[in-house]
Amino acid sequence: MTAFFGKRLAYSLISLFGLLVLVFFLSRLTGNPADVLLPPDASAAERQAFSERHGFDEPIHIQFLQYLSDLLRLDFGESLRQNRSAMEVALNAYPTTLQLAGLTMVLATTAALLVGALAAIRPGGLFDKIASVFSLTGASTPDFWVAIVAVLVFAVGLGLVPTSGTGTPMHWILPIAVLFLRPFGLLVQIVRGAMISALASPYVKTALAKGVRDRRIVFAHAMRNSLLPTVTVAGDVATGLINGAVVIETVFGFPGIGKLMIDAIHQRDFAVVQATILITACAIFIMNIVIDIIYAILDPRIRYQS
Amino acid sequence: MTTSNVPLLSVEDLSVDFLSEAEPVRATRSVSFSVEAGETLVVLGESGSGKSVSANAIMGLIDTPPGLIRSGRLCFKGRDLTTMSRAERRELNGRKIAMIFQDPLAHLNPVYSIGWQFAEVFSEHGVAQGREARERSIKILERVGIEDARARIDQYPHQFSGGQRQRIMIGMAIALEPELLIADEPTTALDVSVQAQILELLKSLQQEEGMGMILITHNLEVAASVGDRIVVMNSGEIVEAGGARSVFEHPSHAYTRQLLAALPHAGEADSDNRRGSVSADKPLLVVEGLNKEYVIAPSLFGRSAKVLHAVKDASFAVRVGETVGIVGESGSGKSTVARLLMRLTEPTSGKALLRGRNIFELQGSELQDMRRRVQMVFQDPFGSLNPRMSVFDIIAEPWQIHSDILPRAKWNDRVSELLALVGMNAGHADRYPHQFSGGQRQRIAIARALASDPELLICDEAVSALDVSIQAQVIDLLADLRERLGLSYIFITHDLPIVRHFADRILVMKSGEIVEENDTSSLFVSPRHQYTRMLLSASPKPKWIEAAE
Amino acid sequence: MPRIATAFRLLANDRLALGAGVVLAVIFLLALVGPFFVSDLATRPDLLKRNAPPLVLENGFFHLLGTDTLGRPILARLIVGAQFTLGIATAAVLCSMTIGGFLGLIAGFSDRWYSQVILRLADIIMSFPSLLMALIVLYTLGASLTNVIIVLAITRIPVYLRTTRAEVLELRERMFVSAARSMGASAPRILFRHISPLVVPTLATIAAIDFATVILAESSLSFLGLGIQPPQFTWGAMVAAGRGYLSSAWWVAFWPGLMIVITTLSLNLLSRWARMVADPQQRWRVQSLRR
Repeated sequence: MTAFFGKRLAYSLISLFGLLVLVFFLSRLTGNPADVLLPPDASAAERQAFSERHGFDEPIHIQFLQYLSDLLRLDFGESLRQNRSAMEVALNAYPTTLQLAGLTMVLATTAALLVGALAAIRPGGLFDKIASVFSLTGASTPDFWVAIVAVLVFAVGLGLVPTSGTGTPMHWILPIAVLFLRPFGLLVQIVRGAMISALASPYVKTALAKGVRDRRIVFAHAMRNSLLPTVTVAGDVATGLINGAVVIETVFGFPGIGKLMIDAIHQRDFAVVQATILITACAIFIMNIVIDIIYAILDPRIRYQS
Repeated sequence: MTTSNVPLLSVEDLSVDFLSEAEPVRATRSVSFSVEAGETLVVLGESGSGKSVSANAIMGLIDTPPGLIRSGRLCFKGRDLTTMSRAERRELNGRKIAMIFQDPLAHLNPVYSIGWQFAEVFSEHGVAQGREARERSIKILERVGIEDARARIDQYPHQFSGGQRQRIMIGMAIALEPELLIADEPTTALDVSVQAQILELLKSLQQEEGMGMILITHNLEVAASVGDRIVVMNSGEIVEAGGARSVFEHPSHAYTRQLLAALPHAGEADSDNRRGSVSADKPLLVVEGLNKEYVIAPSLFGRSAKVLHAVKDASFAVRVGETVGIVGESGSGKSTVARLLMRLTEPTSGKALLRGRNIFELQGSELQDMRRRVQMVFQDPFGSLNPRMSVFDIIAEPWQIHSDILPRAKWNDRVSELLALVGMNAGHADRYPHQFSGGQRQRIAIARALASDPELLICDEAVSALDVSIQAQVIDLLADLRERLGLSYIFITHDLPIVRHFADRILVMKSGEIVEENDTSSLFVSPRHQYTRMLLSASPKPKWIEAAE
Repeated sequence: MPRIATAFRLLANDRLALGAGVVLAVIFLLALVGPFFVSDLATRPDLLKRNAPPLVLENGFFHLLGTDTLGRPILARLIVGAQFTLGIATAAVLCSMTIGGFLGLIAGFSDRWYSQVILRLADIIMSFPSLLMALIVLYTLGASLTNVIIVLAITRIPVYLRTTRAEVLELRERMFVSAARSMGASAPRILFRHISPLVVPTLATIAAIDFATVILAESSLSFLGLGIQPPQFTWGAMVAAGRGYLSSAWWVAFWPGLMIVITTLSLNLLSRWARMVADPQQRWRVQSLRR
């Protein structure tokens, strides 16, 4: 098991480092970072002073080391628009996104496990057909469009929920409902496929020969095994969920990292963009480790590797 | 004694179809047989004979659709299983009728401990729960020969060996003392030595419990060693039924006679052998001090690297026109030897001189030349042919790789010639592998191997995946080719008797080492090494002979 | 080709998949030939007809779905937008499939250091939300048509790469590959003659789902303002343009969104059917069984 974790940890660290390199060079790719980091109306003298202060006149590898040591001290520079440290701005926005994405993911996974399992009991049956069409539609809809149509119908038209903001629990219903669709749709397909092959597997045949009850075969035997492929995919789905969160937050005016980043991009606030990326990368890094741990707990072949 | 005239299980007129877009495929055709308490019925047949379908029908394991029971009754103590509700059926399964399968690793749930899977049998039938179920499970595990059962009950299936897993399956099956046990190819994936132990276990359990048993197998020796009565199935029909001894000694149906004739060790006589004629001591291949070690990579934290010695200091020679058999069980290193000689993996040390030149040092054009002169026939005829290539492309591939063998204009004629040589016809060249049976595919693989005019053919379990009757035909073909083309063979197999009439000399391998090397006749008459003696005696003996001893 | 005939017969058995196939064919045909009939209707503003409601035929056929805020008929714009939407998606999918497939072949077949490098690069791309990544790159490099295609292609490469690698890892242990090696076949011959033909069908099935994913990703980019820039436009950009007029002219944003749903749903349905046909255990479900 230590071998498994060691490898996965090393790979995650390499990914994280690779992303750091990517962000560093992207920020240098547009030419003088002063162009990106300073407001467009800065004077030539200001640019010169900026370059010297931040060491942009040093050789590139020295700059990279400087960049890394800044990162280790969680120093991403100042937000140009908010006059606070960029990290502080990013960390402020983080809990909102984490709650939105986390809650959605839990709901989507639970619902997908149930619906996918029930659909797999009789593939091609009525429930399977309805579940398939519903989940495929969920996976196929552009979330921004569903979001604005939902606002039009439920908030503006029927007045059931507020249009935007985060004040009350009512504010959360629509964003979560919209964000839920895509991960739910993807996961139902995965669970259904895994369940169908698990139900056709030799060990289910053994269970039938042992006289095990149907409900136990579906939930204890097949579903328990289907958790493995589902957990593997759930990490990628959760990573993709951040995409949805970015869009949803802008539509519903949620003060999370998605909205923060889009605003920062439009305002050319590069320090904030960079801080947002790195926090997100770290969060995903931690999530992947957690998923590896869950996987190892679920699969005794990894837990007790000989 | 009112129920004594009702058999424990009777299958009457069972016909099962599998539906498809074309005509339904009839898996069994009016099959009828019965089993009494305390007796063993063997259902003997080759692949596709419908023997497993009958067993699955009894357990209610046929998926409908695509399967469909057309007609027939399955009566357990007079009650028709086909008309029972699912709930009634479920109560019988595991409690009154139990089943074990061929591949125990796949048939045990990988994510639950053995104890959990055992306890389920007791709890689902309301017999015992919790601690009591656990204690009873441990008792049964001990009974089926799992040592240290109390400690091992919490382990998972992947932590046991193949033989132990089958013991566990058997244990779960007999946990509730069923009246009927169905065993579907229970020893097929196991080594001969383990097979003998499992058959012994099944026999003794059956006697102690007085169960009826249906054993399904393709293996004639297994059939003879456990069966009281035998039904022989061929393409969905029962072609012969009767007492085991009479079926084996006086087969009445042509198919049964053909099966028995194909049995490689049918006659104990040494006369009708197909061994080669070795042309006086010219060595073709000399292998010296061959070693292969696999280093199992160390983990990131501690744990030093482990070394697996797959082949240990192997030395042997193959003379021109000679057939050398390499025999061993799984993990003996016999296939590694083949892969090393084909340069599919590199050796740790050692030499292999092909006509004086060390195979392991060849590079570039010399290596390509060796690849023409040594060819290989693989175990699985389904896997060794590319499913997307036509037979023509498959056989012509050596000529595409080595452009100097044959000018393109002659490919057509040569492919037809080679097909004829292996007993097929030129019309087969346009077809694809899936359109052929296993035996035919192996013939195509042999034709491909012959395309580059090799001197040495390495056959790695080349007939093991084939039905017995086909095995004999392919071995006959190989023997013919040896004489006509002056080939030499290295014939690798786990099945010692199969090489008896074919190999000139036999090497026995165990855990990477050659433990015995001898002429075929001497080896069978007076095996020197204890392991060879064990292999020879592990072949199951007919029940009636054992009883007489 | 009997194989194609069989595929059509199997498609006809699954009404949902057949419908999806027909819908896709129509949409692609419209995107290919439609713009010739539309001429400049899609781009010429006509302020007299601005925000005309849908399902009114008096202004001509192309006004069937109403007009946008500059009076341009939405149906005409949908057709021109289809060309860009589907064009970008096709280009991105083809790029990522070719590059990802090729890198996957290498990473699966060779155990050398560059295989590890390829895999770690895929990890980096996969371990970060693709939309965020695309936003950053387009923000720094500029949102041109080529850049959008490249960015979308890069974010999808790992999917093909990993699938191909997994298949190759399995295929290279198959005996026909050992057989070819023992005959002296070179690595390129084994990869392209023996292994590739067996990987391509899987990649094609993934491409269908991926096509839908890429359309959705591109729409999101356009919606956030970092897709291709005017005067070129895609369906996603049309939704974004109509967003401010939802309460007065809902149709401006509604129709392009619906087109996205119809297209991606059809692709998903087709690919689900294809996976069922490819699975020997499931195949009978799409056949018409004869009793």
